[in-house]
Amino acid sequence: MTWEIVIGLEVHAQLSTNSKIFCGASTAFGAEPNTQADAVSLALPGVLPVLNRGAVERAIRFGLATGAHIAPRSVFARKNYFYPDLPKGYQISQFDLPVVGQGALTIQVEPLSGNAKPYEKVVRITRAHLEEDAGKSLHEDFHGMTGIDLNRAGTPLLEIVSEPDMRSAAEAVAYAKTLHALVQWIGICDGNMQEGSFRCDVNVSVRRAGEPLGTRREIKNLNSFKFMQQAIDYEVQWQIDTIENGGKVHQATVLFNPDTGETRSMRSKEEAHDYRYFPDPDLLPLDISNDWIEQVRATLPELPHVKQVRYVNDLGLSAYDANILTASREMADFFETVLAAVPKDAKLVANWIMGEVSAQLNRDGLDMKQCPISAQQLGGMLQRITDNTISNSGAKEVFRTMWAEGGDADAIIDAKGLKQVSDSGAIEALVDEIIAANADKVAEYRSGKDKLFGFFVGLAMKASKGKANPAQLNDILKQKLAG
Amino acid sequence: MFESSLKQLGDALRAKKISSVELTQLYLDRIARLNPELNAYVTLNPEASLAQARAADQCITKNEAPPLTGIPIAQKDIFCAKGWRTTCGSKMLENFVAPYDAHVIEQFNRAGAVNLGKTNMDEFAMGSSNETSYFGTVKNPWGTARVPGGSSGGTAAAVAARLCAAATGTDTGGSIRQPAALCGISGLKPTYGVCSRYGMIAFASSLDQAGPMGRSAEDLALMMNAMAGFDERDSTSLQREKEDYARDLNKPLSGLRIGLPKEFFAEGLGSDVAQAVEAAIAEYRKLGATVVDISLPNTRLSIPVYYVLAPAEASSNLSRFDGVRYGYRAPDYTDLTDMYEKTRAQGFGTEVKRRIMIGTYVLSHGYYDAYYIQAQRIRRLIAQDFTEAFKQCDVIMGPTSPSTAFKLGEKGDDPVQMYLSDIYTIAVNLAGLPGMSIPCGFGSNDMPVGLQIIGNYFDEARMLNAAHQYQLATDWHSRAPQGL
Repeated sequence: MTWEIVIGLEVHAQLSTNSKIFCGASTAFGAEPNTQADAVSLALPGVLPVLNRGAVERAIRFGLATGAHIAPRSVFARKNYFYPDLPKGYQISQFDLPVVGQGALTIQVEPLSGNAKPYEKVVRITRAHLEEDAGKSLHEDFHGMTGIDLNRAGTPLLEIVSEPDMRSAAEAVAYAKTLHALVQWIGICDGNMQEGSFRCDVNVSVRRAGEPLGTRREIKNLNSFKFMQQAIDYEVQWQIDTIENGGKVHQATVLFNPDTGETRSMRSKEEAHDYRYFPDPDLLPLDISNDWIEQVRATLPELPHVKQVRYVNDLGLSAYDANILTASREMADFFETVLAAVPKDAKLVANWIMGEVSAQLNRDGLDMKQCPISAQQLGGMLQRITDNTISNSGAKEVFRTMWAEGGDADAIIDAKGLKQVSDSGAIEALVDEIIAANADKVAEYRSGKDKLFGFFVGLAMKASKGKANPAQLNDILKQKLAG
Repeated sequence: MFESSLKQLGDALRAKKISSVELTQLYLDRIARLNPELNAYVTLNPEASLAQARAADQCITKNEAPPLTGIPIAQKDIFCAKGWRTTCGSKMLENFVAPYDAHVIEQFNRAGAVNLGKTNMDEFAMGSSNETSYFGTVKNPWGTARVPGGSSGGTAAAVAARLCAAATGTDTGGSIRQPAALCGISGLKPTYGVCSRYGMIAFASSLDQAGPMGRSAEDLALMMNAMAGFDERDSTSLQREKEDYARDLNKPLSGLRIGLPKEFFAEGLGSDVAQAVEAAIAEYRKLGATVVDISLPNTRLSIPVYYVLAPAEASSNLSRFDGVRYGYRAPDYTDLTDMYEKTRAQGFGTEVKRRIMIGTYVLSHGYYDAYYIQAQRIRRLIAQDFTEAFKQCDVIMGPTSPSTAFKLGEKGDDPVQMYLSDIYTIAVNLAGLPGMSIPCGFGSNDMPVGLQIIGNYFDEARMLNAAHQYQLATDWHSRAPQGL
């Protein structure tokens, strides 16, 4: 029996505003408990919410980046329930009229096993809505009691809901990673998963091929891609086993335990709340004008998928290269700054960044932002390759020096005497000397032992201390050896 | 001195005929004598009041005095005032000391007024008789066996009994106008959004509005000049230019078109109230106004609509009183749910619990469309009735309340009977319009009758003009209860 896996995601992206969504309290991470909780965060009697324009702008950016409809009028609703870290007794969210409507995200999926090839897929986004985060309950620090920290209460979130379009853990992870990269790319979320800035709820169900959708269970609050994959794998197997053993899957909310690698039911549908949503009478409907949308659009950076197409069509890069070079804003910016120095040699730039630069970064455990060589410096060095000032091997030495000690390419080339010899007279003299000194080998070569060509190249390079222009040297050697 | 208008008090203070400290002390002494019987105040803080009075006296000496400087004004106990106990009439907030000022309080501080004390009210402003207050009912100064009306009953009684120069109230379904009528004083509920709700403990957010209560329309205008104004901390606060609400007080009324809605003079209206209101209309004709018959056909639906929407909002607004962060928490409980249940069972009174239950019900899954959505639709129809009516007239007049003050305990067992006492006032809140009540005579039991004046949006100055001209021609507003 073949099983089909159906997965949908709800992602909470914390928006990168300095203050909360409905008041001026700070959103900075890591402050002492309750030091960033003002009267509004504490829900003191009589306080009222005032919407943060910056949060709305970030939601608009997201909508534009996913080709979604931005609602000209959306409504904030109250989601009512009691919990100690929910100070008002309701969460202000959006319900039937969200700010961002249907959109889509194109993802590149790397299959996890077998010989399957990477493929592209479009995942539909149902909606994205603005809401406030709740506070935090601290269970460990207080014996027999629970501490409440309301620093987080009111932090702006964008909840991004996908259609159940994913068919494997690999697709779910690829979608989450693409979304994670995108929200950082457009500058609306710092993407810090350890600090809870990007959290995923995963809805999983299984069905026999061709049958209607199975009952789903929701895995809450996954904050690592690795855990997401493990949780989905476990959950899928659990659901299949349950059904194959004659059992039934009941709708439930489950938590993933990274220590055991298992999911465990938190509450069943029977315990589900009636949230009694209704429009928040303290907030007017959110009106977004076309002008505002266009203003935001004008500040939107070129998006990764647009760049990818441009890199392939205009720069002649492979789809693979284009994908890697647009993995993050930093990476793409670095690439384009280097490219500006050698505009005709995109492949050379791509090879250096994906080769030497990435390898060194990996080795030193750094990310693009921390790269000790600036894009301008690398561009300067590549210019010296394309204008034949240095050879490839010379360039590698320049690069190593730059990485370790800093400095510009020209200064290093001068200091190390790496300038290649492109004077044909000098190279001819050198070649003549070698031919004269190795008459026996020359004879062997001329009698058909072609392999000896490398031997002469080596000798000539050694004699020039590696500075001879390799192409020129080859030409001259060939000519002279031919007799 | 206790009969002086706000303007007269201001003049006397500036002329140094009396100091604010002396004036404040006079009021405090009168409160000490009369409040034990009337129960109009729930919290007094003579030291804080006198400190404000001393500061006011200094301002006057330096000739820097804003309009209400040194005048003792009482505040309904629904407004958070920094350092003052703010109870909202509930055991839930019996010991809550507000750490910040409501916008209205800030505005009075800016105007130089002295906060004389916090006045009693129905619990969380839910009630029409002041009998739901945790701090006991307020007695009507015109007859202490009778209710003062609600929910701003403490304010109405304090003004009527001359226990303050003027005071604030709030009006969600008639809570300024009905007690003003029952206590024989003047009260104004402004257009929704004119006074900020920031710091005013929420009952039903889309209906609540703060307003002044005082002895005359002229006093209300001065109060409005202090209270009104845009506040960026309230998203429903309206961004408008500063108005002078006293600017039109002296305009003659000739040509004023008064609409009389036939629905306000139908079954259920006490004949003594009807007579007093009709006499007032006759007076207006004498002053040059013309009268048009109008209809507000959907008014009859305003009470059912109100008792869907107001409890719905209240059930959510009152969720924050959960015993976790401030206010009352039950002393004994077994777990979190038990803590919530006991705290709210013990902390809220019957009427509040009743409305939370209604609100929770009408918002719950499966009933939302039938109740909440339907009520919002009818709310729009009610507002449209007024829009149509104002094409034919400048102001609408009628009774404020169907009867004069009823006896304490008379309607306590029948909430629906109690709800009907707001039958003429609720539609105004649903539409967000301004409305006021001024005294216009006495009923068969010698209790005051109120005339309601309803204006178009932002027409407060015109309404105050109509009320002031009437008060120049009559003396109902200057009569005070005897024997106090």
